[in-house]
Amino acid sequence: MTFPSRDDLIEFVYDEARMLDEGRFDDWLALWAPDSHYWMPLDPDAENPKLVTALMHEDDYLRRLRVERLKGARTFSQKPRSRCHHVLQRPFIDAVDHDAGTFTTTTPFLYVESRLDEQFLLAATARHELVLLDGGIRMKLKRVDLLNPEAAFGNIQLFL
Amino acid sequence: MSRYAENPAAVKALIRPAEVHRDVYVDAEIFDLEMKHLFANTWVFVGHDSQTPNPGDYFTTEIGRQPIVMIRHQDGEVHVLYNRCAHKGTKLVIDRTGNTGKFFRCPYHAWTYKTDGTRLGMPLRKGYDGTGLENSASGNDMARVGAVRNYRGFVFARLSHEGPDFESFFGESLSSIDNMVDRSPEGRLEIAGPPLRYMHRCNWKMLVENQTDTCHPMVAHESSAGTAVRIWEESRPAEDAPKPMAIQVIAPFMSSYEFFEEMGIRTWPNGHGHTGVHHSIHSDYSEIPGYFDQMSAAYGEERARAILGENRHNTVYFPNIMVKGPIQQLRIFIPLAADKTLVESYIYRLVGAPEMLLERTAMYNRLINAPTSIVGHDDLEMYERAQEGLMADGLEWVNVQRLHTDGEDFDAIAVENGTTERQMRNQFNAWAKYMTISMQGAGA
Repeated sequence: MTFPSRDDLIEFVYDEARMLDEGRFDDWLALWAPDSHYWMPLDPDAENPKLVTALMHEDDYLRRLRVERLKGARTFSQKPRSRCHHVLQRPFIDAVDHDAGTFTTTTPFLYVESRLDEQFLLAATARHELVLLDGGIRMKLKRVDLLNPEAAFGNIQLFL
Repeated sequence: MSRYAENPAAVKALIRPAEVHRDVYVDAEIFDLEMKHLFANTWVFVGHDSQTPNPGDYFTTEIGRQPIVMIRHQDGEVHVLYNRCAHKGTKLVIDRTGNTGKFFRCPYHAWTYKTDGTRLGMPLRKGYDGTGLENSASGNDMARVGAVRNYRGFVFARLSHEGPDFESFFGESLSSIDNMVDRSPEGRLEIAGPPLRYMHRCNWKMLVENQTDTCHPMVAHESSAGTAVRIWEESRPAEDAPKPMAIQVIAPFMSSYEFFEEMGIRTWPNGHGHTGVHHSIHSDYSEIPGYFDQMSAAYGEERARAILGENRHNTVYFPNIMVKGPIQQLRIFIPLAADKTLVESYIYRLVGAPEMLLERTAMYNRLINAPTSIVGHDDLEMYERAQEGLMADGLEWVNVQRLHTDGEDFDAIAVENGTTERQMRNQFNAWAKYMTISMQGAGA
């Protein structure tokens, strides 16, 4: 891929959510660029994810840890396992820099997570900061802002 | 039919030397009595005074079920008031935090109060002339809690106007708060951002007990901490490669039974106690460049070493908070119903210390205590299974017998093997005391 088209970027965002919904977590791990982060702020005004509590701020190691744990024989909170379901609005293409090879999209979405007889709904917006790597699109940052990050939640066990 | 109200003997009978009846966790009447008695008779944490730094700044919360507002008055003092207009009951403020200016103004009929709760006035005051309003509580100040104490920035309140004073209630347990504050070269903490808020469908006491339960980490957290250790070992570049901060935080949860046995548990009177007397899961964090020099400059080398050598794990302040000195974290277990608890996890910045310490603190909070934390998922799964399992009628007692000896004296400070359940028994001893001390017939 030389330069991704608008459709390529939009397809990427949809494909990423589909991997999570279908539980293809190893494929999902391969979508990330080196030195990348999945960030879900607790404080919507947070500028530095490290100096204030975040809900998630996961580098490659922590993302792998989460995915490996889901497979574990003694991962009791995932017996039975959780499933998730994303409903995405069409992503906005906010920034395209062909010289730098960086692209930014913003995608409002609804997220449903279910386990046993329980199901909950979250509203969120994802900002993808994407880069071109080895001819493919990769995530440098996926920032997920919940509509209500200050609210009290029970377990949120998968990736939004 | 009421089984426990004004029946102190029945309440006390729920606590045996080495087991407790399930009603302490599942019974709605017991929960109501906890709200009425236990949370009124004890000193309950309200907030940190850095949450309300300026005059007029307020923080709304609850003590038990009571709507409470903590507010900074014009003279700098922090007051703890019932968040209720004396007129018709409207909550005066409902934002979690805010600034009310020089006075509260009720949004319903514009009755006003100073920021220490003193009544100011109302529109059309002459309508009350000759009605005797001044003799009614409604014509008076906002209601105040029984007693307030700001201890080194940590604000506690006792709802009841009678009861133990602050020092005799907490005694030497305050050394854990001291250690947390002393870790700032300036002896000062500041709140760092909003708290994590995590809803638990279980009784609040399960969470308090878990703070000194040292036989669960290597079992319940095998899925998170065990996996963390495994993938680190599989992928680390060299045998002696420095451990990244995340590994340092999460790996000690897989420490051996021997590690936890040797770390020790200390109990204090009135239900307070802590794990990590000799060492803890926080002992082996790497040094933060520059920090020890700052501490030595502030306190002298010997005292700095003593402060930083104290690595207490979890300190329970009965009834419902836990403090981690080495992490500058405070967690409050807010009871909402017999089977519903809101856990809020706060972190604090050590004023004058390197930023990297706050980075580790914030990382600890999110990796261990967030609703999105895999370690939190491990724990909550166990609490919720217990809350449901306790409904089994075949067995109505919960065991807290580990390393129990006959005739335990909880009025004495004790240091024991780190896997003892003495601190859980200590909590229930205090629970029975403060549940019944204000009941009719309690002296009988």
